[in-house]
Amino acid sequence: MLKIENLHASVEDKAILRGINLEVKAGEVHAIMGPNGSGKSTLASVIAGKEEYEVTEGSIFLENEDIDELAAEERAHKGIFLSFQYPVEIPGVSVTNFMKTAINETRKSKGLEDMPAKDMLKLIREKSELLEIDRKFLSRSLNEGFSGGEKKRNEIFQMAMLEPKLAILDETDSGLDIDALRIVANGVNKLKSKDNAVIVITHYQRLLDYIVPDFVHVLYNGRIVKSGGKELAHELEEKGYDWIKEEVNA
Amino acid sequence: MDLKEKLTASFLAFENDVDTDTFIHNIRNEAIKIFEEKGFPTKKEEAWKYTSLNSVLKDDYSVFPKQENTIEYNDVKKYFIHDIDTYKVVFIDGKYSSHLSQTTHDGIDVCLMSSALTKPKYRIIVENYFNKAATKDSLTSLNTAFSCEGVYIHIPKNKLVQKPIQILYFSTGNEAATMLQPRNLIVVDENSHVQIIERHQSLTSNAVLTNSVTEIFTNKRAIVDYYKIQNDNQNATLIDNTFIKQRQESVASVHTFAFGGKLVRNNLNFYQTGERIESNLKGITIIGDKQHVDHNTLVHHIEPNCESHQDYKGIFGENSTGVFNGKIVVEKEAQKTNAFQANNNILISDKATINTKPQLEIFADDVKCSHGCTIGQLDESAMFYMRSRGIPEKEAKALLMYAFSNNVLSSVKIPEIKLRITKIIAHKLGVNIGFDL
Repeated sequence: MLKIENLHASVEDKAILRGINLEVKAGEVHAIMGPNGSGKSTLASVIAGKEEYEVTEGSIFLENEDIDELAAEERAHKGIFLSFQYPVEIPGVSVTNFMKTAINETRKSKGLEDMPAKDMLKLIREKSELLEIDRKFLSRSLNEGFSGGEKKRNEIFQMAMLEPKLAILDETDSGLDIDALRIVANGVNKLKSKDNAVIVITHYQRLLDYIVPDFVHVLYNGRIVKSGGKELAHELEEKGYDWIKEEVNA
Repeated sequence: MDLKEKLTASFLAFENDVDTDTFIHNIRNEAIKIFEEKGFPTKKEEAWKYTSLNSVLKDDYSVFPKQENTIEYNDVKKYFIHDIDTYKVVFIDGKYSSHLSQTTHDGIDVCLMSSALTKPKYRIIVENYFNKAATKDSLTSLNTAFSCEGVYIHIPKNKLVQKPIQILYFSTGNEAATMLQPRNLIVVDENSHVQIIERHQSLTSNAVLTNSVTEIFTNKRAIVDYYKIQNDNQNATLIDNTFIKQRQESVASVHTFAFGGKLVRNNLNFYQTGERIESNLKGITIIGDKQHVDHNTLVHHIEPNCESHQDYKGIFGENSTGVFNGKIVVEKEAQKTNAFQANNNILISDKATINTKPQLEIFADDVKCSHGCTIGQLDESAMFYMRSRGIPEKEAKALLMYAFSNNVLSSVKIPEIKLRITKIIAHKLGVNIGFDL
């Protein structure tokens, strides 16, 4: 599904990613952990196509296609979805209208007609129930005045609407209480299938109790310095990151 | 001969042609003298610092249309709000077009200024109101000197006018360059309510210069809801001078949708002569190319316990320039005034310019006045957020800009206008997406 080869990226000439190699196959869940400033969010943004980051070396392949030159919206059309750590507030654009535009633009890119209003309403109803989202919430301005938990739930609602092939959840657990965490994790698990893949970026183990990863990678100083199974996450939870740093620096 | 000379030279012939015996005669003569003295405004004047008329005044305008022209409704239907029933007063090259119009005398008067100025039955209203709100600045005086045609609306007391009134001024490009000076008088008596839509539209690429004056009087508890739709072509210039004199407890709202023309100057003046008056000035400006739009507003708070709300949003692309000059005067007697002014702008091109200047003159000590202006670019993080959901750059920009101006649209009371403006905005932004927010 996703293959990253020797990826280097910098922002304003400051190197942040220094040679990432990662392969994610369909049906897999990968967790990327690591201390603050290790490059986790940068990796997520680079995969999603944020223009501020310059890829200086290496490539990203989605289903064997090199996507380096594609704009963010084209990557979205091909099935990449990024759940933002800090979802942006957009006053004046309702959640519903935003999703309608996103879905119809994606359909347009595939040469399809707009989704009939009836189907759209049905889809919205279905997916909002999955995330236990109140209907009134959908007519509010996107993320404006939403609580931290509402923002994250809304991100996963968007993911459910767009049904991506590859979902990257960037610190989706931060700011969530335990109930919201359960709802969000439950939503992600219901959307999981053998045909799609999920990358979970997190600091903490607790989300991984609900979304169980097949692989755990530790990112440090812009490189993946350790990979393992889900037990690695437990080890990190117990021992912190210092032993990894020592291992790397030794 | 330059335009000023041409206008002053043709004044006598004009006056002989209309009439010379009414009391208007003196007003006209006084007005032409003021114009002769002051001439066209230049950038030396503070109020015209950012707007130059030089490029507009160089054309050789025909100041009176020589021949009549007709147009078919189907050719201009798109300029009307045509999906609802309305009264219509339509002019072609300054001349009344009866076949495009639908006027009335049934309980209210929606008709022509030329009738009002000459027929005895309108005499009292005209004497009480004509030129009583308009100021003596040079362009208004020029219009006053040549005032003979336009719209006359009188709503007697306790009337809820069910149908909006549309005022349309078309120019057909009969001449290489045409100057038009429409003059409108609108008097709304006690407890009455009326909605009015005004548009000036050039149908060819020939130059047009419109110097329009509209006087609106809202008497006790009257409500006037006024919409100006400005979306003209690249050779059309509009100088709109609107004067609104409000009496106690009346509410007057003007929405100005400025989507351009060559040069547009809106002089919008509110005078609050009574207590508990509300004045609303709202605007959306979206221009590009080399277009220039200048909003020059005045709210004059004269008596206590009144409110005014100004909210202008502007989006400027390419080489366009915008000006917002908002003046609020609060007289010493006008205690408990609540005056609010906001002007927010987005520049979407490095070459676009906006000059924004709030001007507050407050002589009362117990008032709430706030003003704020912002100039910014589109929010990059919002752009990435939308694009990462599959919304292409252009559409994402459009959605953001639409959202930015949505605040102003939400106070539009006629749904068909809201829909029309939405469509114009989508068209301006070059996108085809539904904005049904």
